[in-house]
Amino acid sequence: MNGMLHPNLYFYLILSAVLFALGTIGVLTRRNAIVIFMCVELMLNAVNLTLIAFSRYLNNPHGQMIVIFVMCVAAAEAVVGLAIIIAIFRNKQTVNVTDINIFKW
Amino acid sequence: MLETILFWFLAVMTLTGAFGLVLHRNPVYCALFLILTLFGIAGLFLVLQAEFLAIIQILVYAGAIMVLFLFVIMLLNLGNDEALHENFNLIKGFSVLLGTTLALLLVKSILSAKGLTQRPEFSYGKVENVGKLLLNEYVFPFEAISFVLIAALIGAIVIAKKTNPEYSGRK
Repeated sequence: MNGMLHPNLYFYLILSAVLFALGTIGVLTRRNAIVIFMCVELMLNAVNLTLIAFSRYLNNPHGQMIVIFVMCVAAAEAVVGLAIIIAIFRNKQTVNVTDINIFKW
Repeated sequence: MLETILFWFLAVMTLTGAFGLVLHRNPVYCALFLILTLFGIAGLFLVLQAEFLAIIQILVYAGAIMVLFLFVIMLLNLGNDEALHENFNLIKGFSVLLGTTLALLLVKSILSAKGLTQRPEFSYGKVENVGKLLLNEYVFPFEAISFVLIAALIGAIVIAKKTNPEYSGRK
């Protein structure tokens, strides 16, 4: 035990909160659709870290089960989202989200 | 002692990857920074004694999803995005303010919780315990997730495949 620096649950939760907020900044700021997607994956990973940390510190296995399913659904979502981006690119020749604007006004 | 060193090293690595992902211009570099972040998070899973999920994270996320991202980036042959500090207008400033407010709110609510320093013995991270739970209590989501993955696979192929022009005119 190393005193002040030894990680307890607070450290993991604060780390994943910071990662989640960074992912949010990335989603709101970037203009490339694929990079926005990668920031969403970063947010999902921050949530996975929270769930595993809670699972460890509360001695509860269900957190890890939820993380398995979150990973599977994130994989499925990434596949379909990238397929949509490829289809949009084929029509508009861009992945810049400010240019993919199909509203008439 | 080892856990302290590993935690701080992996936390710094993860935060470096996250900052690089959000701030860099080139999308290929962003993907590589995300791979660094994913390895850091897999290491943190190992420190938290969730061995099965650490390996699954490396196999699925860094091994499959990020390879898919890199394939798409290379396929579309994208140029550079614009960095955060160029064209720093009101919207970007507001987004950064919003993100930092979110981080501060989350940290404040985490720190206001009491009693999170206990550390019981943990035995559920090993493969046999995860497998037992997955096939006994979670068998329905386990089978349902295979349908989700097949649906995603078929959907992605249908959306992204090239339509053959001479074929679409016929019945």
